[in-house]
Amino acid sequence: MLDIQKIRKDFPILNREVNGKPLIYFDNAATSQTPQQVIDCIVDYYSRYNANIHRGVHTLSQEATDAYEEARIKIQQHFNAAKPHEMILTSGTTDSINLVANGFSSLLQKGDEIIVSALEHHSNIVPWQMLCEHTGAILKVIPMFEDGKLDMDAYVSLLNENTKLVFCNHVSNALGIINPIEFIIEKAHAVNAAVLIDGAQASPHIKADVQALDVDFYVASAHKICGPTGVGLLYGKEAWLNKLPPYRGGGEMIDQVTFEKTTYAGLPHKFEAGTPNICGVIAFGAALDYMNNIGFDAIAAYEDELLAYATQKLLAVGDVTIYGTENKVAVISFNIANIHPYDIGTIIDKLGIAVRTGHHCAQPIMDFYNIPGTVRASFSFYNTKEEIDTFIEAIKKAKMMLS
Amino acid sequence: MTIQEIQEEIVDEFAMFDDWMQRYEYMIDLGKSLPLIDESLKKDENLIKGCQSKVWVHGEMKDDKIVFTADSDAIITKGIIAILIRAFSNQHPSAIIEANTAFIDEIGLKEHLSPTRANGLVSMIKQLKLYAIAYQTQLN
Repeated sequence: MLDIQKIRKDFPILNREVNGKPLIYFDNAATSQTPQQVIDCIVDYYSRYNANIHRGVHTLSQEATDAYEEARIKIQQHFNAAKPHEMILTSGTTDSINLVANGFSSLLQKGDEIIVSALEHHSNIVPWQMLCEHTGAILKVIPMFEDGKLDMDAYVSLLNENTKLVFCNHVSNALGIINPIEFIIEKAHAVNAAVLIDGAQASPHIKADVQALDVDFYVASAHKICGPTGVGLLYGKEAWLNKLPPYRGGGEMIDQVTFEKTTYAGLPHKFEAGTPNICGVIAFGAALDYMNNIGFDAIAAYEDELLAYATQKLLAVGDVTIYGTENKVAVISFNIANIHPYDIGTIIDKLGIAVRTGHHCAQPIMDFYNIPGTVRASFSFYNTKEEIDTFIEAIKKAKMMLS
Repeated sequence: MTIQEIQEEIVDEFAMFDDWMQRYEYMIDLGKSLPLIDESLKKDENLIKGCQSKVWVHGEMKDDKIVFTADSDAIITKGIIAILIRAFSNQHPSAIIEANTAFIDEIGLKEHLSPTRANGLVSMIKQLKLYAIAYQTQLN
């Protein structure tokens, strides 16, 4: 059992008021809030040992380098990667995806095929479209069913010897549905295709084990797991990372430089050109410590409880359509009657409640349902049933005003 | 009435309300009375970019004045555009170009004025003024 009141005290932002009402933050799928422990870590870094890493011989640089590499190991251990250098630190999920897409541009040939799912975030569609334009590869899409699940039969029929890469999110950001990535990985490997899984939405709820999954690439962002913005990770199997060319040129990523030829540094530095977000990476390590201290099993159990409670209360409001109903993380994507999601979001914001409205950077899904967007309420382990009650009252008020 | 007089009238109407809920309810009512755009004009050229909801605006000249019609798929947005159209429709292009929009602040909708706000109130005002500039050029 989680002591929610104690946990809430760790998050200073939960004390703030919005439009004269206590903040109720249900936009956790967009970004999570930051506990004091992580804020302290950031302050400590800038107050005590801010320095550039991997090159200074002075004490501060050594301390910062140690803390940075310790954080990498925490991230490696959290996702159970075999080796620390398989964990590339990036500026976020989008950056990580672009790194892989860029790498594949030199590996793909005309006629090769890439498969993506219909549930993707725009950041998961655009880099592959660009890659296909550049290489002449063909982009194929795993279709979805009305209930938000991916059509696995169709997926299997898309796979063939030309398939070079399969790309899917672990959890859909628009609907919160957990995709069958174990099956997707297994079937892709049967035709020797690599698999990249976007764990951005899964990572606050599910602790992924990249070795057990046997996934080739896995990406996520710190800011969805109680960490700071501007930090993310790319896990890649060592063999794959060695195969991909460097992404950006600059300092840190080189071994020897002459005007005739530059040799590149080994992993992970080959992909980490320039001064990284040192403080952010260290704070990400602190965020993972914080989450692991609470425990992901306890977090998932409590969030499931919040999801079930909110779903039942919301359906009781009437005229509610929920998109994606089974096998989900704590996300409810919904509409009420024909009311525009923007209208609901605007009214409940006046009541201090933060939700996301719109197409959630997943226009193809909205087109599939033929809706302009949804209201998305996403819960975290620091939310409470009392907050859900207030949210439901706000929804009722909005429905009354807008019908 | 001049744009200035209409704006003062709108400010007076909103001043009667004590809280935001009443103001929003009134705005929603205004949205329902919006002079609706002809269906054939709900095309991409008339769509205002920068809004989370869809907003179509059309302006045409009638006797030296621009008549605006509009619609939106979101009702609060419809209310906002209805207020703007009430202030700017049936006015001479030069008056629309010169008009200021401080009254939006006075009726308690200041939060919608931020250029980063998803409803694109700023884009709507810009669109109305662009029509005025275009028609003014024709008149010259």
